[in-house]
Amino acid sequence: MVRLMNRVLVAEDLYLLRDGLVHLLQAHGFDVVAAVESGPELLKGLLELRPDVSIVDVRLPPTFTDEGLQAALTARSQVPGLPILVLSQHVEQLYARELLADGSGAIGYLLKDRVFNAEQFIDAVRRVAAGGTAMDPEVIAKLLASNAAHEPLAALTPREREVLEAMAEGRSNAAISQRLFLSESAVAKHTASIFAKLGLAPSDDDNRRVLAVLAHLNSR
Amino acid sequence: MLRKFAHVLVLFALIVVELLVLATSLLAVMLTFGLGMVFLFPPQVRMIRSVTRMTRRLVRESSGVEIEAPYLPPPPAPQPQADGFYRSNRTLYKTPRVPAWNDRWKWMLTDPATWREVLWLVLDPLVKLLLVPLFLLLPGRGLRVYGLWCELLLAATTASRLASQVSHLSKVRNLAVDTQAAEMRRIERDLHDGTQARLVAIGMTIGAAEQLLGDDPTAARALMSKARDASAETLTELRRIIRGIHPPVLAERGLGDAVRALAMDSTLRVTVDADLPHRPEAPVEAAAYFAISELLANAARHGAARAVLVDISGNGPNLRITVTDDGWGGADPAKGSGLTGIERRLAAFDGVMAINSPPGGPTTVTMELPWVLPEYWAGNLPKMPRWKAITVVALHATAWCPLFPQGVVPAIFKLIGFDEESWFLAMHLPGPWQWPVIALMIALGTAMYVLAVALPTMHDKDGNACRAGNRLWFA
Repeated sequence: MVRLMNRVLVAEDLYLLRDGLVHLLQAHGFDVVAAVESGPELLKGLLELRPDVSIVDVRLPPTFTDEGLQAALTARSQVPGLPILVLSQHVEQLYARELLADGSGAIGYLLKDRVFNAEQFIDAVRRVAAGGTAMDPEVIAKLLASNAAHEPLAALTPREREVLEAMAEGRSNAAISQRLFLSESAVAKHTASIFAKLGLAPSDDDNRRVLAVLAHLNSR
Repeated sequence: MLRKFAHVLVLFALIVVELLVLATSLLAVMLTFGLGMVFLFPPQVRMIRSVTRMTRRLVRESSGVEIEAPYLPPPPAPQPQADGFYRSNRTLYKTPRVPAWNDRWKWMLTDPATWREVLWLVLDPLVKLLLVPLFLLLPGRGLRVYGLWCELLLAATTASRLASQVSHLSKVRNLAVDTQAAEMRRIERDLHDGTQARLVAIGMTIGAAEQLLGDDPTAARALMSKARDASAETLTELRRIIRGIHPPVLAERGLGDAVRALAMDSTLRVTVDADLPHRPEAPVEAAAYFAISELLANAARHGAARAVLVDISGNGPNLRITVTDDGWGGADPAKGSGLTGIERRLAAFDGVMAINSPPGGPTTVTMELPWVLPEYWAGNLPKMPRWKAITVVALHATAWCPLFPQGVVPAIFKLIGFDEESWFLAMHLPGPWQWPVIALMIALGTAMYVLAVALPTMHDKDGNACRAGNRLWFA
């Protein structure tokens, strides 16, 4: 299945990082169909090639503002659910909300540092390609910190909070159980409890439940 | 009426004081410059200044003529040299007393306002006596004339106004330079103690791993993973430093969205209402951003606020920011250094800050940065609607017709007795109708010209007024 979704587009203006990403992706069996370095090229590539997943830097030439992000948002408004993983030197809740706003999933937003850990990064790329989400732990931490005074969140146990964080990053029950050294059934129990406390309808679909949790946190 | 007479009476009572001061002044000048008793000069000048200050206030209350104090800014307090001595010209002093006195002496002696006031003091009693008839008949008018006379000698001159402006600007420049230098030092310290040290550690770890690579690959691998973690930490730290210099989101999105991002990261419930059609210059944006950031932090830290409203809008060419929180209030710039820091940041752009924080709250901080919004100096004034523009052109194109051939020309013909009907409407009418029609035509033509000029002028004024409140896009 993963084999079928391996056409990748890379948009990054720094040559070294672009080259590194291309090599990393090729080494993990992806087919890099285009490696572009500016906003207009990126938008053209996204719309014409319709890659299975695109890895996009926020700040790109020619204006070096948020060219990449704008291109990603424009492309997704024309092709809903086009899988895009946005990379940046800094993460902002504002950008995360804009990316999640259409509610169609298949979106990722990570710090560039996450590339250091190749396995986790490739895992995030695959997750986005498969229609899931990959949110940077730092975004989630900021999101939860600014929601600290939020009633239902304060009612969560520390363990439930950890599960919520991992879930909001876009991880499946299996991945959460691995990371927190819990059994999958325990994770399922925690998620059910979290959903009950937040007043959300439980869902077995990993992708849909992430979007529900993020939408809930963003809606305060 | 009675009040006016009371004012006049007070003015005349002042003559006694003026004469006394005049007498002591003459004495003081003679003693100062004749016998060298210089210590008499400053108190005498101060005495004159208190009389003129009183007069300025009286004039303002009685006639509404506002007279600005004209004095040059007082000299700054003397600063000790590196060796602890105070220097005045080529002499060193142990205490600041003598240099300070010298500075004040020079300041009073060289200020043209001092000598203009002496002249005023000599002439004022005479002027008052000359104005007695006017004061008795039309006290209101008399007070006004007296006010204008005082303004002539007691008001600020262009030179003194410029001098105080220069001293204000150099003060502001020094503040801005100091603030910036302090920022640079802070950044240098952060980079030196944090980032640089970490990079050295990473380099050493990688070096150690390199040596171990052959003999002990497992240990080398452990070291490499440590180096990777350390580099991630360094990046986090660099991100923090960059945020302190110029937040990336501010560079990418501008003030409105940067403040929105700030609001989302805040634990308070922050509502942001940003409405700027164009982005101001980057330094202005940064000053405004850091000011708002500091205010949000203050609201959370000291005021125990729960909700904050940030409003960013243009007030004509000025950028106006209002931050209102529902905390305890009682914020005082004299107490916290945070508010002083904001004032300093804003001062570099001639910006001002007003705080209204009654005990018990709410606290409202209003900041205004004058002439920083770009649409004004970009010369991009609002366009007139099409119908208005067409009307103006049509008026300009046709107003000549009633004014000249139908108005002025037949009037001249009639005056010189030249009898020519041609196409002059008035000439075809019976006698008694001719002059009224000519007058009507001239009035019509003039009115059309006035309207053609007035329409664009009024539009510009309206445009400027409504721009302050217009709700355009912000992206």
